[in-house]
Amino acid sequence: MTHDLTFNRRRFLQTAAAGVLAGVAPGQAFAADALKIGFIYVGPKDDYGYNQAHAEGAAVVKALPGVSVVEEENVPETVDVQKTMESMINLDGATLLFPTSFGYFDPHVLTVAAKYPKIQFRHCGGLWKAGKDPINVGSYFGYIFQGQYLNGVTAGYATKSKKIGFVAAKPIPQVLQNINSFLLGARLVDPTITCQVIFTGEWSLAVKEAEATNALIDQGADVITCHVDSPKVVVQTAAGRGAFVCGYHVNQSPLAPGKYLTGAEWAWGKVYTDFAKKAQAGQPLGNFVRGGLKDGFVKMSPLGPAVSAEARNKFDATLAEMSKGQFSVFKGPLKDNKGAEVIAAGKSFPEDAIELESLSYLVEGVHGSTS
Amino acid sequence: MTISADAGVERTGGPLRSRLRPLAETLARRAEPVAIGLSGILLGLAVFSLFILAVGKSPTTLFSLMYVGGFGSWFSVQNSLSRAAPLLLTALCVALPARLGLIIIGGEGALALGGVAAAAAAMPLVGSSPPWLALVVMAAAAMAIGGLWIGFVGYLRHYRGVNETIASLLMAYIAIALMNHLVEGVLRDPASLNKPSTTTLPVAYMIGKLPGVDVHWGLVIGVAACVVSYILIETTTWGFAARISGGNTRAAQVQGLPVGRLIVGFTALAGGFAGLAGMIEVAAVQGSANASIVAGYGYTGILVSFLARHNPLAIIPIAILLGGIEAAGGLIQRRMGLPDATVLVLQGVLFVVILFCETLYGRFKIFNPELWTRRA
Repeated sequence: MTHDLTFNRRRFLQTAAAGVLAGVAPGQAFAADALKIGFIYVGPKDDYGYNQAHAEGAAVVKALPGVSVVEEENVPETVDVQKTMESMINLDGATLLFPTSFGYFDPHVLTVAAKYPKIQFRHCGGLWKAGKDPINVGSYFGYIFQGQYLNGVTAGYATKSKKIGFVAAKPIPQVLQNINSFLLGARLVDPTITCQVIFTGEWSLAVKEAEATNALIDQGADVITCHVDSPKVVVQTAAGRGAFVCGYHVNQSPLAPGKYLTGAEWAWGKVYTDFAKKAQAGQPLGNFVRGGLKDGFVKMSPLGPAVSAEARNKFDATLAEMSKGQFSVFKGPLKDNKGAEVIAAGKSFPEDAIELESLSYLVEGVHGSTS
Repeated sequence: MTISADAGVERTGGPLRSRLRPLAETLARRAEPVAIGLSGILLGLAVFSLFILAVGKSPTTLFSLMYVGGFGSWFSVQNSLSRAAPLLLTALCVALPARLGLIIIGGEGALALGGVAAAAAAMPLVGSSPPWLALVVMAAAAMAIGGLWIGFVGYLRHYRGVNETIASLLMAYIAIALMNHLVEGVLRDPASLNKPSTTTLPVAYMIGKLPGVDVHWGLVIGVAACVVSYILIETTTWGFAARISGGNTRAAQVQGLPVGRLIVGFTALAGGFAGLAGMIEVAAVQGSANASIVAGYGYTGILVSFLARHNPLAIIPIAILLGGIEAAGGLIQRRMGLPDATVLVLQGVLFVVILFCETLYGRFKIFNPELWTRRA
């Protein structure tokens, strides 16, 4: 009896839902011919940072023929994102999903993907493991530390105090790669330059980011960059104090006119276009996609007016060299900032070296601690 | 006058009437919060409609999408219930102290520490003891640390005169920082490279889904906690003493009630529930403790508790309603191109309007039980 009741209620709800869906959203019914792609962001789409970079990529895909896009912002890395993915699949008919925040991958993307084997999931930054993770999941990422290296080159020419500063979120490999690359780029210009780093501990914490920027400038740093979700606060605070700024994630030059040197930007539009075209053609999307300057996954902001002619030449030459691929930012002999040798002489790691994915040190010349 | 009229009714009314009378009284008493609460929600929705019209969108489309996204299909119902589950426990963290006259807003901190404590407690047990035992120990550890955290707020309030609202909020920041420190330090699984986390629980040690429903057991635990809290507050002598103490602390002390112990006890229980919410996030959703468990459930719980007028039973439908609003929020973003903040505006409008409606209690004669006594 109880069973019958539940069954009836469920059937009733399903019927009611079908009716309501048909009534509310005519024309939003699942169009079989169009590829529907869902994008999910952890923060606001207009954050001048990580999420905006992805939203700009989504906007590029949206303009493609035969593609429609659904987007949802401010989705926490909890059961919320699982339900958002399922909602995009069940209510919008999305067949390709890009949950873009790192924290979505394990367990959320993996859980939902196992439940919907016919839907394709591509996640930004995760390490997809063959044999262990579902086959309809894949991960993509860009070697953006190459951009931070070029940021460092412009910073090396711009700094007068020979001190540059980095506002960082958490001491994890992707962030440490960027801090080290920024200093190594600057040291290409002058090996006496040092970099002070401050970790805020959170991906998005405006107050601490402003405090950290001010503290770096108070200590004498005159070029600032960062790796947080939204660099807006850091860029505006630093430029307001008269320091030069190197951007991150997207082009922040409108926030610091005159003070913006260049910036390491994502070029997700290209990456998403590639995925969409493959999906339309019925080709496999690939499970582990990586690329750098050479592949057009990352790009540099146009150089600002404060960049000298000499710096411009060095920047262009380095960019040209890196754009050929297999350029080693990390090469021996290299010591960490505690004096231990981390890369032996003669050894070098190009951008696609797997060792870099678990990088855990700050190089010599970086003032700061990972713990 | 009243007495004689009543007496007249007693004489002329049959046994049926005399049985109906207490029923009418009860109905009148119970109908007041329901009617005022519902009209508050309707009024809030009306105000929100004006806002939607002001940004040039159709409220009709919005409300039908809210229905579709929140409750319009079996999938949507499960979606709403999943989102409601953690809110039940974090709302109790506000509701129980509120009955003692304390406004605690730091449940987020107890949740964060509960999650870490659960993950830490699981570490030595995974593989060596049966899953049920590991889960019980995890829950106990989470409730203990959550209880200590919020119970300490109650202690500070009663014995040191520290404002409990501010203390609990500031302690939430400390708790979250402590959680990050532990998760990125001693408790970190070295394999969690770019997302520092504790060791992931094996599937066998996780809390599963309810049979036939795509919602984890946390929902049932939350509902049970609400029912138990209701019984505790409304039907036991402790609950009675707590309500007396909340109504007038001085009077309670004069009566010889152990006000200090009541405050510490109830705040500790409240914190225990928030800690349990953290354990469920770890054991049912995340699989490990990490920064993702700090997702604002503690703060949404404040909203739920106030909307429910700190009544543990009313928390259940209100949490499901808010879960539905959040579930529908995604659909509103996707179909109408409205920003995520739309749902926050709706929650804010509802909160303010319902608080405003609090002032309406006792103003409508129709809800006065005495009126019904006389008329019956």
